[in-house]
Amino acid sequence: MTTSLPDAGGHFGPYGGRYVPEVLMAPLEELEQTYLEARLDPAFHAELDQLLHTYAGRPTALYYAKRLSEQLGGAKIYIKREDLLHTGAHKINNCLGQALLARRMGKKRIIAETGAGQHGVATATVCALFGLECVVYMGEEDMRRQRLNVFRMRLLGAKVVSVTNGSRTLKDAISEAMRDWVTNVGTTHYLLGSALGSHPYPLMVRDFHKVMGEEARRQIQEVEGRLPDTIFACVGGGSNAIGIFHAFLQDASVKLVGIEAGGSGMALGQHAARFSGGSPGVLQGARSYLLQDEHGQISLTHSVSAGLDYALVGPEHAWLHDNGRAEYVSIDDREALDAARRLSRTEGIIPALESAHAVAEAVKRAPEARGQVFLVNLSGRGDKDIDIYREQMGDLED
Amino acid sequence: MPDTRISRMFAGLKRDGRKGMVAYITAGDPSPGRTPSLVEALERGGADLIELGVPFSDPIADGPVIQRAGERALAAGTTLRGVLAIAAEIRERSQIPLLLFTYLNPVVRYGVEELARDAAAAGIDGCLLTDASVEEAREYVDVMRSHGLDTVFLAAPTSTERRLKLIAEYSTGFVYLVSRTGVTGEQESLSAAALPLIKAVRKVTDLPLAVGFGVSKKEHVAELGREAEAVVVGSAIMRLIEANAGNSSLELQLESFIRELKSGFGAGRT
Repeated sequence: MTTSLPDAGGHFGPYGGRYVPEVLMAPLEELEQTYLEARLDPAFHAELDQLLHTYAGRPTALYYAKRLSEQLGGAKIYIKREDLLHTGAHKINNCLGQALLARRMGKKRIIAETGAGQHGVATATVCALFGLECVVYMGEEDMRRQRLNVFRMRLLGAKVVSVTNGSRTLKDAISEAMRDWVTNVGTTHYLLGSALGSHPYPLMVRDFHKVMGEEARRQIQEVEGRLPDTIFACVGGGSNAIGIFHAFLQDASVKLVGIEAGGSGMALGQHAARFSGGSPGVLQGARSYLLQDEHGQISLTHSVSAGLDYALVGPEHAWLHDNGRAEYVSIDDREALDAARRLSRTEGIIPALESAHAVAEAVKRAPEARGQVFLVNLSGRGDKDIDIYREQMGDLED
Repeated sequence: MPDTRISRMFAGLKRDGRKGMVAYITAGDPSPGRTPSLVEALERGGADLIELGVPFSDPIADGPVIQRAGERALAAGTTLRGVLAIAAEIRERSQIPLLLFTYLNPVVRYGVEELARDAAAAGIDGCLLTDASVEEAREYVDVMRSHGLDTVFLAAPTSTERRLKLIAEYSTGFVYLVSRTGVTGEQESLSAAALPLIKAVRKVTDLPLAVGFGVSKKEHVAELGREAEAVVVGSAIMRLIEANAGNSSLELQLESFIRELKSGFGAGRT
């Protein structure tokens, strides 16, 4: 049922679509055309697969977290190690795919937005690899939170532009990137980093990430001889979640759980839990669940994790939510930090703060799930978050 | 096609052999209470149509000047409902055509049907949604028209012929041509893209054409007025408001600025 979506206009049921200023309709149509052709071109896939294998490090390992599982005394927890990919997160999958499309379109200038900096680093990386000019928009607040990634991008040759509007986070970086794109459409490809925005982005980004689920489905069958009972993935825009979910959409026995940022509280402005705290609306090109006030102004969001700190959820997740195929819950800042510490100490894996939200939900459910198999998508590694971990875990200093 | 003050205004311009001046103003900047007197000043200066901008928290199509105007208006407590009240107040004293200019989300939240009803009651003549493509606009257009309101869409230099036909089909009152690729904002000379776009849109519609984005000087007005029925000015107005919000002479300055711009039409006449 759900795998044939989106429709030709980019709709997942009532969600998705194209809500942009008219200037951007032509480049979106050009991108859609280019992608739909590339999708059918074996040479495109061969080149992308080769890069994913030799450059990015696919396939990633599926790891049985034995000590964590035993400590919780319930489900067997497997971890999909996207944190081991080049640049430290799943984001590189999509960046390689879109860089190949930019080359097909003859665009020599790449712009991107970034929240936690992982997408910015992955974009800067592929631009270095392909010899493309790279400009990354990043909220001033996120630049402060993710200083290390800012420097990594600069080292890779990218220009990082500080965005000082609004909440100075991901939402404002996307607006600024869209303004750049409106101005420079002829020469520039907007390398959007999540399953967000106007058609064809949610479709295209999902397709470039679905390799995660395809690998995991094969790997878990090899080791367990069956499919997992539940899959956990964090959801900011939702690219790692849709990527791991997609290969399992038809497997009715597999529960899909998306984890949003519960932030520091359930009042509007303190979290980024769009499904429990939001309602359908339109932001930055797509219709989906949105955190907004009673007048339709976009709410500020909060999460200790910059990559989950965004007011709109990707439109395919809105559809999976409404049709009941996936369940969406939230994990707050404290629970995510605790899960990060637990995974570090039991398995020797320091997760990205985003991914720690997925770990936390699995940790919550595991004790009651004896005999079950859990799969956690560990979308990124925690190196970029060391400053925040230090700030938040004062007891470990001295 | 709705019979509104907008279409009657353009018919009047044509009859008199004149060109129209369209003035954009972000409602609620510096305060909702001030907007009616600023609109009256624009009208005294010669504005033929007012675009009443609804401030939005995430204005992706706007440059820094209108972004800041929107932030000030939101900080002053402006809402879509409040903008309708401003329109009703303007309408008590003026018959100038009013076009509601907004991003989609506040409208979705308000309810399209409810907005059409309340906007018509407030004396608004039409609506332009900056981020609604024609592909997503069928229902909205039907609702607006059923309440006698015009729906104006944007045409851009990047629009394909197929899209221009759709834009013309979905627009009533006039078509708003974006003179260049980019966000709103003033600039020195107008893009060479504007004139070819005017020609391309002419081929697909008989509707009046208004050209905007980047207009700030009477030379721009002269250049564009030779080809289009109307010229839109926005950021230059909001910059004037930003610089003089605390000044009681702001209304006089706006009036003389519009008069000065409009003199460009005379200079451009051949």
